[in-house]
Amino acid sequence: MDNVLKIIMQRLALGLLTLLIVSVVIFVAVNMLPGDFAQAILGQGATEESVAAIRRDLGLDQPMITRYFDWLGGVVQGDFGASFASANAASFSGTTSGVKTVAQQIGPRFANTMFLAAVTAVIAVPLAVTLGILAALYRNSVFDRAANIFTLTSISSPEFFLAYVLILFLAVLNPIFPSLSNIYDGMAFSERLNKSMLPALVLTLVVTAHMMRMTRAAIINLLASPYIEMARLKGMSPMRVIVKHALPNALAPIINVVALNLAYLITGVVVVEVVFVYPGIGQLFVDSVKTRDIPVVQACCLIFAAAYILLNLTADIMSILSNPRLRHPK
Amino acid sequence: MTEPLLKMRGVKIEGRSDEMWNPIINGVDLTLARGEVLGLIGESGAGKSTLGLAAMGYTRDGVRISDGTIEFDGIDLLTASAAVKRELLGKRIAYVAQSAAASFNPAHRLIDQHVEGPSQHGVMSRAESEADGMELYRKLRLPNPDEIGFRYPHQVSGGQLQRAMTAMAMSCRPDLIVFDEPTTALDVTTQIEVLSAIRDIVDQFGTAAIYITHDLAVVAQMADRIKVLLKGDEVETADTRTMLDAPTQEYTKSLWAVRSFERPAKPAIATGAVPVVSVQNVDAAYGTTPVLHDVSFDMHEGRTVAVVGESGSGKSTTARCITGLLPPTSGQILLDGEALPASYKKRSKDQLRQVQMIYQMADTALNPRMSIGQIIARPVQFYLGLTGAAKRKRVDQLLEQIELEPSEYYNRLPSELSGGQKQRVGIARALAAEPKFIICDEVTSALDQLVAEGILRLLAKLQDDLSLSYMFITHDLATVRAIADEVVVMKDGRVVEQGPKADMFTPPHHAYTDLLLSSVPEMDPDWLTNLLKERGVDNVGDAAVDKM
Repeated sequence: MDNVLKIIMQRLALGLLTLLIVSVVIFVAVNMLPGDFAQAILGQGATEESVAAIRRDLGLDQPMITRYFDWLGGVVQGDFGASFASANAASFSGTTSGVKTVAQQIGPRFANTMFLAAVTAVIAVPLAVTLGILAALYRNSVFDRAANIFTLTSISSPEFFLAYVLILFLAVLNPIFPSLSNIYDGMAFSERLNKSMLPALVLTLVVTAHMMRMTRAAIINLLASPYIEMARLKGMSPMRVIVKHALPNALAPIINVVALNLAYLITGVVVVEVVFVYPGIGQLFVDSVKTRDIPVVQACCLIFAAAYILLNLTADIMSILSNPRLRHPK
Repeated sequence: MTEPLLKMRGVKIEGRSDEMWNPIINGVDLTLARGEVLGLIGESGAGKSTLGLAAMGYTRDGVRISDGTIEFDGIDLLTASAAVKRELLGKRIAYVAQSAAASFNPAHRLIDQHVEGPSQHGVMSRAESEADGMELYRKLRLPNPDEIGFRYPHQVSGGQLQRAMTAMAMSCRPDLIVFDEPTTALDVTTQIEVLSAIRDIVDQFGTAAIYITHDLAVVAQMADRIKVLLKGDEVETADTRTMLDAPTQEYTKSLWAVRSFERPAKPAIATGAVPVVSVQNVDAAYGTTPVLHDVSFDMHEGRTVAVVGESGSGKSTTARCITGLLPPTSGQILLDGEALPASYKKRSKDQLRQVQMIYQMADTALNPRMSIGQIIARPVQFYLGLTGAAKRKRVDQLLEQIELEPSEYYNRLPSELSGGQKQRVGIARALAAEPKFIICDEVTSALDQLVAEGILRLLAKLQDDLSLSYMFITHDLATVRAIADEVVVMKDGRVVEQGPKADMFTPPHHAYTDLLLSSVPEMDPDWLTNLLKERGVDNVGDAAVDKM
C-alpha cells in the first residue's frame, strides 16, 4: 500500500505544480484581453483622469508581476479579491456594503453547476457503462448498432438543438418538466431536481456516447485474452464473462473517459445554461468576460483548471487502484 | 467393451484467413477411453491445440468445424446448444492452458477463480469448494496450500500457477481434461514438479486427459497412448512404449532423431589468446535491486559459450550489460582486450557494430510494417554506409546466407513468414553489421525441435564460415550439448560453474548443475518415475517450498 500512497502523493504534487503554471497562464492571458474594466464601464467619452482614477482604485496601475503575486497570495488564503463590477455598483450608490467578494459571487453559482453536473453524472455514467456492456455483449447485433447510432447522433448534434428538441417533447407537448431552470437558494431538493432535469438530460445525451463507446471498446479489446477464453472454457455465461472477467480489467480506460466527461460537465456547459436560464458558473463567466471583471474571470478559470486537474488526478488514482499489481505488490 | 468417453470421427476444421477458409485439420479420428491419457504431439501449426479445443466442442474466433462428429459421453457436441455445452464445460470437460500467467484473470484471487466453476455449475457451495481447493493445492504440492489461494496471479510463480490451474481444472472433478502444452513455458527444474503433480492427480482421480505437447520426452512420461499429427493429418497412433520403441512412419522416426545433432569438439583455446569479449567482475542492478554479483567469463573467437540457468538467474541481464543497455554498477566489459564504455550511448559506431544480438521472440523483434529487405538493409546502410545497388546486393547475399531465396522473400512482411524463417531474418539482421560477436538470447526456445535444429545448424555453419563468437543464452541443455564449446552455469545472478562442455557433462558436477542436468526429460517412459524415486518424491515438494 505504501507504494500506492507514494504514487498518489507524487500525482498530487504534480497536480499542484500544474495548477500553479495554469495560474500564470490565466493571469497573463486575462491581462492580454483587449480593453480594460475602467474603459468598459466609463464608455468612449471618459476623460483620461477618471479612467486613471478607477485604475488606481483597483490597483490596475501596478506592474503585472506585483499584481500576480498579490492575487496569488490572496488565492492561496482563499481570497479571490473583490468583484470589479459589484465594487463599481456599490460606489455609485455610495455604500461599501454592496461590495461582493469574488467568492461570494461565484460560490452559489458554482454550487449550482456542481449540482447539475452531479445529477447528470448519476444518470449518465451508469447508463453509459450499462449500454457499453450490453453493446459489447451483443456486439455487431441490431442492438449494438442502434445504441451506436443513437449515441453518435446525440453527440453530433449541437447542444442547443438537443435542448430545444427536449423542451418541445418534454415541456411543451408533454408538460413533464419545466422548460426554465430558474433555481434559487432555499429551494426544496425535489423541486430543484425537477427544475434541473431538462438540462441534465441534454447533458446526458451529450456525454453518454463517449463513455459508452469507450466501455464497449475496452471490453471488446480484452475478449481475445487467454483468461477470457479460460472463463468461456469453464462454461461461464457470456454475461458473466463480460461483467466478471473482462470489465474489471477494462476499468482504467473507462475511468479516464468518465473523468474527462465529468470535467466537461463542470466547465463546458455554458450553452445549456443559457438555453435553460440555469444560474451556473458558465453564465457568470461569460458575463464577466463581457464586463472585463478580471478577478471573477480569473477565479472562474482557476476553478475550471482545478476541476480538470482534480478529476484527472482522481481518474489516475482510481486507475492505479483498479490494477491488482499495484494494489497487491509481490 | 464399454462406450468410449470421447469419440471424434472424420473431424475437419478450417480457419479463416485472406478471405477464405483454409483447412487446419483434415479429417482426424480420435477415441479416448475413460481414465486414459492420450498424448497429442506435432510441430506448431500441426493443429494440436485446435484439435484439443475441438474435443471440448470449442473453436476460437475465425475457426470452424466443417465436418465430422464429436461425441462426448453420448452427447453430440456439434449439435448441442450453447447452454448444453456451457453445462459440460468446466464441469465435465476442463482445460489447462499453456500460459497459466496469461490464463488466470489478473483481477481476481486464485481461490475466487477456483471456486467459480463449482459454485456456478452448482457442484459445490463456495465454502466447500474453497476447502476442496486447498486440499487440491496440497495434493499438487503447492507451498502454503491454505494461504496461496488468496494471492493474485502476479504474486505467484509460473510453475505454481500452472499447478493452481490444474487444481482449478480439477475443481468440478471432470471426466476429461485437455492439457495444452502446460509445461512448455517452464524451466526444466520447475517442469518436473508440474509434470509429476499433474500425473499423480490425474492418476488419483482416474481422469481422462488429452495431453498436447511438442516435447516427445515429456509426452513419454505422461501418456498411455500417443497420436502424432503433421499439418492437420494423423501420422500414426500407438501405445507409448510401442511408439517409442518401434515407430512405423518416417516422420515419427525423424522426430525421434532430432536430438542427435552435435558439433565436434573444437581444440582447446590457445593460452594467451585475447578473448573477443571478456566480462570482468560485473555487478548490476535494476534500480536498487542487485541482480548480478561478480560475473566473470571470457568468450573467444570462433567459439560458442552457452550461458545456462533458470529464468531469473541473470542470463539476459548479463547480455544487457554486454550490449551496454544496462550499465554495470561495477566491473567492466572488454572487447578485444579494450574496455568498452559502460553505456551503449557512449560507444563508437564501430564498437556497437561488433556486438549484435538475436532475440528469443522473432515475432516481436521484427518491425511488422517493414519488409524483410528493409529490415536487413537498415543495419547494412547504418553500419557499412552502403546504398543503392551495393546495399541491395549485400542484402541478397545475406538472404542467401540464411537460406531464403532473395527474389521471393525481399518484399515480404514478417507476418508472411513462419517462426523459423523469422528467426533466420533475425540472424541476417545481426550478420548485416558484420560483427565479431553475437548474443543469441534463447533463439530456439520458441521453435519446434525440427525447426530449432535447422537454426542451430545454420548458426554453426555461419560460425565456421565467418569465425563468429556466440554467447548462447538458453535453458535447454539439449541445445547446449548440440552447439556449445564452453558452458557457464548461472544461478541467482552468480556464475556457479564454468568450463569446457565436456567437463560440464561429466561428473562430478556442482550440485545445481547436477539438478539441471538430471531434470532434462529423457525419452524413456520410466524416466520420471525413476528420477522421482531417486530424489524421493517429497523432495520435489520441498524444493518447491525452498523456491518461495
